[in-house]
Amino acid sequence: MSEPWEEEGPGTIKKFMYINRKAPYGTIYALESLEVVLIAAAFEQDVSMAFLDDGVYQLKKGQDTQGIGMKNFSPTYRALEGYDVEKLYVEAESLAERGLSEDDLLVPVEVLGREALAALMDEQDVILSF
Amino acid sequence: MSMLHTVNKSPFERNTLAACIGHALPGSAILLIEDGVYAALRGTAHEDMVRGAVADHKVFVLGPDLLARGMRPEQVIDGISVVDYGGFVDLTEQHDKVQAWV
Repeated sequence: MSEPWEEEGPGTIKKFMYINRKAPYGTIYALESLEVVLIAAAFEQDVSMAFLDDGVYQLKKGQDTQGIGMKNFSPTYRALEGYDVEKLYVEAESLAERGLSEDDLLVPVEVLGREALAALMDEQDVILSF
Repeated sequence: MSMLHTVNKSPFERNTLAACIGHALPGSAILLIEDGVYAALRGTAHEDMVRGAVADHKVFVLGPDLLARGMRPEQVIDGISVVDYGGFVDLTEQHDKVQAWV
């Protein structure tokens, strides 16, 4: 007889999207989003992350936080692949108005226009905003 | 007397910098810190507003906050001076008052 916590099986896999709209370091949102994504990754759901507005700054290459005495958590974005979080979407318009391009980002991403990103949001079962 | 204004919000997220520029008297100093440093960079949608501020004010940006965000002093708009924490202290000492726009 199996205990409830030993039950296995496919379960229901839902599409989770984590939406990141805040710059790193100035507020705690970016770091908290990463924490939640890494925890949620353990539940084997269909996870994606979207970066738009100031959220695109989270992925900027070359972050060096020695001078401000805070932890540089940007290498964590490169580790997400190891947790099966492989779908990272970045909004093209958000990059453009900040003078950034895909080359400025520290991890491979899919750059999408606003309309395409909106369609992707519409496909999700659960959206979590940071 | 002379005022030092500090701005710590991204110009994309809040109108804090615009409010500061609108109220800062000519000759006063503006120091961009924390997420405010994104305004100091060339090539953003807010570059014209910031260039306008540079024409009427002494504008500074905090270097450690730039580096933390993956930005380099070379990317800063001409006329903006990069300062370190010691420079921040000097600025507060050189001005009569500090107005923090948050």
